[in-house]
Amino acid sequence: MKLTELFQRGEFVVTCEVGPPKGFHIEHLLHEVETYLKDRVTAVNVTDNQSSVMRLGSLATCKALKDKGLTPIFQLTCRDRNRIALQSDILSAAMLGIENLLLLTGDHTRMGDNPQAKPVFDLDSVSLIHMVKKLEQGEDLAGNALEGEPPKFAKGAVVSACSDSVDVQLAKMERKVKAGAEYFQTQAVYEPEKFIKFMEKAKQFGVPVMLGIVIPKNAGMAKYMNDNVAGINVPQEMIEELKKDKEKTKAGITGVEISARLIKECKQYCQGVHIMALGWESKVPDILAQAGI
Amino acid sequence: MLITQLKSKDTIDTLIKGKTVIINCHGCKEVCFPEHEAAELQKELSATGNIMEVITRDYICNPDNLRLQLQKYMAKINASDIVMVFSCGVGVQTVAEYLEDKKVYSGCDTYPLPGFQGVTPLEFACGQCGECYLNYTGGICPITACSKSLINGQCGGSKNGKCEVDKDMDCGWERIYRKLEKMDRLDTLNYPAKVRKFWNPDADPPKVD
Ligand code: SF4
Ligand code: SF4
Repeated sequence: MKLTELFQRGEFVVTCEVGPPKGFHIEHLLHEVETYLKDRVTAVNVTDNQSSVMRLGSLATCKALKDKGLTPIFQLTCRDRNRIALQSDILSAAMLGIENLLLLTGDHTRMGDNPQAKPVFDLDSVSLIHMVKKLEQGEDLAGNALEGEPPKFAKGAVVSACSDSVDVQLAKMERKVKAGAEYFQTQAVYEPEKFIKFMEKAKQFGVPVMLGIVIPKNAGMAKYMNDNVAGINVPQEMIEELKKDKEKTKAGITGVEISARLIKECKQYCQGVHIMALGWESKVPDILAQAGI
Repeated sequence: MLITQLKSKDTIDTLIKGKTVIINCHGCKEVCFPEHEAAELQKELSATGNIMEVITRDYICNPDNLRLQLQKYMAKINASDIVMVFSCGVGVQTVAEYLEDKKVYSGCDTYPLPGFQGVTPLEFACGQCGECYLNYTGGICPITACSKSLINGQCGGSKNGKCEVDKDMDCGWERIYRKLEKMDRLDTLNYPAKVRKFWNPDADPPKVD
């Protein structure tokens, strides 16, 4: 099922991100997904060598999820493949019946666990979206015809809603919409006021936006994100909240509470929520329940 | 338009295993060569007793010139095991071809030197990308000013105006946006999705005025 159809129906879409293992044993991931996410989220978003760390492929993982009756979202970055490989993977996704895409530029190879690798960036997120649109129109990026009925996807993209240069991000968002992006998910949001302001400006593009949630696990993680991850600012009060009751934070209760609160505060301004649990998939049902979803 | 940099002492030590003749090339104005550091290193190497001769010449990349320049050293070169060249990659290849039976090694790594055009050092870098985007980007080159050479705008990695790859480097797209903003030319960014053409010099003419 395409996310775009759900947005059109006015549904509040809930997705959760999972990262494939560094290895090919997928039983644990499938178990987590079946136990905590199935029937609770609309779709499961599979990262593509997230943070440039080499892992099992997103496409293969998507197929495994589909076989279990879930709706996968295939993430695709421009970092590791040139346009031939990207187009080929898109066709492979179509053949496997995968209908949802999330199209990204990707982190630089230097950020990951194989920093010696050549970063490809033959395309970037905007030209990648444009490329998928061309495939949907029945031709490849170079204008050569595809055989048979062209594929059709729901094309997603990302935007940093709380970036310190949100206007630059909005300009890029506009370019993505013009290139064919049909829905967006945001980088983690910890400042609802900033998000609401962002949504006021993003409204003009007329595309659904999903609020990005990264469950804050502890104060150390929050500080790490503040120092190292672009577009994320965990406010000091929230860090204090994570510090206050160590046991509660350790049990994940504080992270769940904060996540649910953020969703509640932002819900009426957006069309869905995207949870990046980073291994805490087991907390997702609690978050959704507390947020009233 | 290139720069040579000495390989590490360790690397060079592992290469110099026998009687060695060193050839330096200092001739060419287009190459930025670490003369001083090379001289220091070669002094150190001389202490090993392996160095038979240090020759410093110019334009060794020119085969005819090279032949003439090396003439009076040929006896020593013939008697040596290794010829170690400190020059750009072109110079090393010329020597290796000329002394085809010798072990010819390079003491340097060669990089393109952005900001050189002819013999004039300039502040700006051009990646010679084949389709100049400067008309879209307020005159700031997105190929060399952005770590990912993005041509459709900023990635999500910029923080406090700095690049995700190198925190000491300003994000090129932040600079482009701010400059266009200042010039009241943000509408320039409304160009249709651009796809880079890596091997096609006949790129679309820019449609921006
Ligand atoms: S856009 Fe291309 S041609 Fe223009 S300055 Fe940059 S690298 Fe050179
Ligand atoms: S942070 Fe800026 S300069 Fe660095 S890769 Fe992203 S867009 Fe390019």
